[in-house]
Amino acid sequence: MTEKHITCIVCPIGCQIIVRGEDDTVLSLEGNQCIRGEDYAKNEFIHPVRILTTTVRVEGADTPLIPVRSDQPVPQEKLMECMDLIKEVSVTKPVLRYQVIVPDILGTGANIVATGEAL
Amino acid sequence: MLQTDVLVIGAGAVGCAIARELTKYRLKVLVVDKNEDVGGEASKSNSAIIHTGYDAPPGTLESQLVVAANPMYELLTKQLDVPYQKVGAILPAFTDEQFEKLPALKAKAFQNRVYDVEYLTGEQLLAMEPNLNPEVKAGLYIPRENIIDPFLLVVAYAENAQQNGAHFLLNTQVTGIRVENGRVVGAQTTAGEVQATYIVNAAGLYCDDVAAMVGKNDYTVNPRKGQFYILDKNTTCKVNHIVLPIPTKVTKGKLMCPTIHGNMLVGPTAEELEDKQDYSTTSEGLASIETDVRRLIPNVNLKDSITQYCGLRPNRNPEGLHVDTYDDVKNYVNLSGVRSTGLTASASLGKYVAQRLIEIGMPVNFNPDFDPIRKGIPRFHEMTYEEQDALIRENPLYGKVICRCETITEGEIVEAIHRPIPARSVDAIKRRLRAGMGRCQGGFCGPRVIEILGRELGVSTEEIRKNQTGSHMITGKVRGERVIANV
Amino acid sequence: MAAAVSAKKQGAGQVLVIERDSSLGGILQQCIHPGFGLSYYDEELTGPEYAGRFIRQAQELGVKALLNSMVLEVLPDGTVICTNGEYGITTVRAKSVVLAMGCRERTRGNIQIPGTRPAGIYTAGAAQRLINRQNEMVGRRVVILGSGDIGMIMARRMTLEGAQVVAVVEIMDFLAGLTRNRVQCLDDFGIPLLLSHTVTRVTGNRRVEGVYVARVDENKKPIPETEEFYPCDTLLLSVGLIPENELSRTAHVEMSPITGGPVVNQSMQTSMPCLFACGNVVHVNDLVDNVSWESEVAGREAARYAMGQLPQSGGTVTCEPGDNVRYICPQHIALTEEEGEVDLYFRVRLPDEKVRIRLLCNGKELGKKSAVKVNPGEMEHIKVSMSDLSAGKLEVHVAKGV
Repeated sequence: MTEKHITCIVCPIGCQIIVRGEDDTVLSLEGNQCIRGEDYAKNEFIHPVRILTTTVRVEGADTPLIPVRSDQPVPQEKLMECMDLIKEVSVTKPVLRYQVIVPDILGTGANIVATGEAL
Repeated sequence: MLQTDVLVIGAGAVGCAIARELTKYRLKVLVVDKNEDVGGEASKSNSAIIHTGYDAPPGTLESQLVVAANPMYELLTKQLDVPYQKVGAILPAFTDEQFEKLPALKAKAFQNRVYDVEYLTGEQLLAMEPNLNPEVKAGLYIPRENIIDPFLLVVAYAENAQQNGAHFLLNTQVTGIRVENGRVVGAQTTAGEVQATYIVNAAGLYCDDVAAMVGKNDYTVNPRKGQFYILDKNTTCKVNHIVLPIPTKVTKGKLMCPTIHGNMLVGPTAEELEDKQDYSTTSEGLASIETDVRRLIPNVNLKDSITQYCGLRPNRNPEGLHVDTYDDVKNYVNLSGVRSTGLTASASLGKYVAQRLIEIGMPVNFNPDFDPIRKGIPRFHEMTYEEQDALIRENPLYGKVICRCETITEGEIVEAIHRPIPARSVDAIKRRLRAGMGRCQGGFCGPRVIEILGRELGVSTEEIRKNQTGSHMITGKVRGERVIANV
Repeated sequence: MAAAVSAKKQGAGQVLVIERDSSLGGILQQCIHPGFGLSYYDEELTGPEYAGRFIRQAQELGVKALLNSMVLEVLPDGTVICTNGEYGITTVRAKSVVLAMGCRERTRGNIQIPGTRPAGIYTAGAAQRLINRQNEMVGRRVVILGSGDIGMIMARRMTLEGAQVVAVVEIMDFLAGLTRNRVQCLDDFGIPLLLSHTVTRVTGNRRVEGVYVARVDENKKPIPETEEFYPCDTLLLSVGLIPENELSRTAHVEMSPITGGPVVNQSMQTSMPCLFACGNVVHVNDLVDNVSWESEVAGREAARYAMGQLPQSGGTVTCEPGDNVRYICPQHIALTEEEGEVDLYFRVRLPDEKVRIRLLCNGKELGKKSAVKVNPGEMEHIKVSMSDLSAGKLEVHVAKGV
């Protein structure tokens, strides 16, 4: 049985929520003051995900880098592995905003897309 | 193997002034310095004051040199295109004890042949300096204590010397001096052997180490640290003159004065040290400045400080400015004890040392091509809109402002990197142009200066230094090569 | 950009943006992290995306831009003098001007950290620019002073790029930035947060070799016995933003000593009638969404002024900070025959919980609302109706109660 202490980020109160459970099942949850907090804490316990933002090398443009993001949150535990992959990638101009740079990164279903442009 | 007529060890204000003076003769002049840029140690961290010599020890060489040098700066700074401003100094007395010291101070000034020192009443002093402590009883006025851009003075001496044929070898440390048959013949340096007919030791903080190489270190040099505050140009409590404290037995004391570019300078402390590399500011030292200066200027606002720094005065033990030549080590001139008045004395020391060299046999063949005029990099921020516009039409890089606080342009930065004594580091740019000396302290211009340095020097940005070897600004590319967390 | 778009929408004929960088977007170009637009667009965007929307709108509406141009002087009559490599010294005559120059960062020199002056000390924003736009890594082992959002964001950024962030040090006993950032930038990566601590000394002659960190007492003074050495090669500073008002000074605009920015009325109009101001140059904001709303007002009103449509003022209401309120923006409200609502933005002095926010005009309570938590790091907002106001004094008080 695992116990996680989670700080809720949904509103400024920042409730300290204690979640106990096994694998994908939540057995107990306490400390929240609303249902949004309960949902957040459950997700954080079972499967914490994060938006990944970073930069990618671009060739032939005025600027050496283009900012990118995952268009969906990716599993938190895969963040550094995603970074290792992204560090090896480079694109050539032109790059348009929301152009897919790395599709379905590490099979997560999230694409790494450009958030800036290089024309 | 390098060969020169005169080897000058040390590219501070004094060494560069000597080099400039020597190029008036047909001589090969080589200046070496262990640092990556001219400006030495003390020459780049002082109070930027050109003294009158009013308070020097009377009858000494120091007194003669400083008193003689002061009037030279009017012409010299015009020839060298160095900012210089006449502000004058006041020495206010607030207590009876201090008041009673005034006559002796004036008498000492007269002994030093500084005759234009006058008594002023408290009211007169307050009229000159409204922010002065209103308890002022009376004081002295020393009209020719002035302020200068110390960094540009040294760069200008060096560039003019170089323009007239002198050579500079930086990042080069002298490790030994060869003496044969009672005469210096050359030096070992980290860049190889140098054959030299005459050698001048102008190594300031390290002059005792150099003197030891010829067995003439009958003195030692220890650093006397001075910590300073620099205040924002917009600080509400300012002074118009150099405001000096009445000296005590222990120290000249802490002053407040304007800088040539419109900031306020407050300090320095005087702390005896051993470590010649200890350039750290301390909370105790900085706090002592506040305590002392409030007696002069009660409303000084140190919260408006944009930076603090420290300088290390080369303090000679026993004290005293010496220019020595020896019968048993011929053709060698040893400068020591060039301390608080060194920047000022540089103008006369250059000529004095040249004269001493002549007296010990250096040949006198005039260089008819000697040009005393050195034109500096155009100072965009001092120009009118019309002048700025004309400059930009000649060179569009002058239209791109890089340092927002001080309005310094890319044109000036590129020029500084390609001058004969080039700026190759962030601090070298800062000293020559003031980019990074403003209130944001390089927060805006810093990244852009790094980029320009890399581009203009044709090197990877990981090689860009703040100043000396090892002071790299960047640890690697974010993308483009493997960045390994090497901790 | 928001002001420019709003001015165009209001009907201004010619709208020009003067920008010192080589592209539009300002500081958002380097803020590649998410957290922007949650309120304004109801979406979570990164800085470049958020800026991109305004840039596209501006271009579609015909806003002109002068890039690579540094403004040297703004005159009280709306004349702007700037420098540009292509055009030289350029004078722009405008009927109204909106000042939106943003902020600069507080420096090591401002907070007077003793020690040496080696390479490797960067303000967080300068490091962000180097890392995100110039492709330069500033260090490998980092201590961050200040738990503001930019400090925490950079902690995450540098960790993702392979650096080791040893600690985030915060002098107050509470987090300066958003809790969400503490979770996603520090907790996620196991980076320790040291509250009630500060950096007491920097060491290293050439490059940073380490910093001393000590706990502070209730007066924020370091306790010497608690000093500990943290080896590192980089010190990042996130110790506050200062509105950059050099140009406001050249225009002799009245400044507020508390915000560090121009004194403005509800139209974001300064003491010089044709000069308006918005964004961080007026007061430091936390959320770009608020900046955009405020800037829409500035742009709209600047356009109305230029077209001679701003109504005459018949009296003034000064906005005075009351209990636990540090400042209110706008600093005063010009009473006109126009109705509508004014958005008041304010910050509290000290954190508090379960508070009541009260709005009084000349002693009469106009409205109140409650808040579960308030803290100085999160700007608060309350609306007031113009019709409720009368010349005199408007106060905002924050105190315990429900």
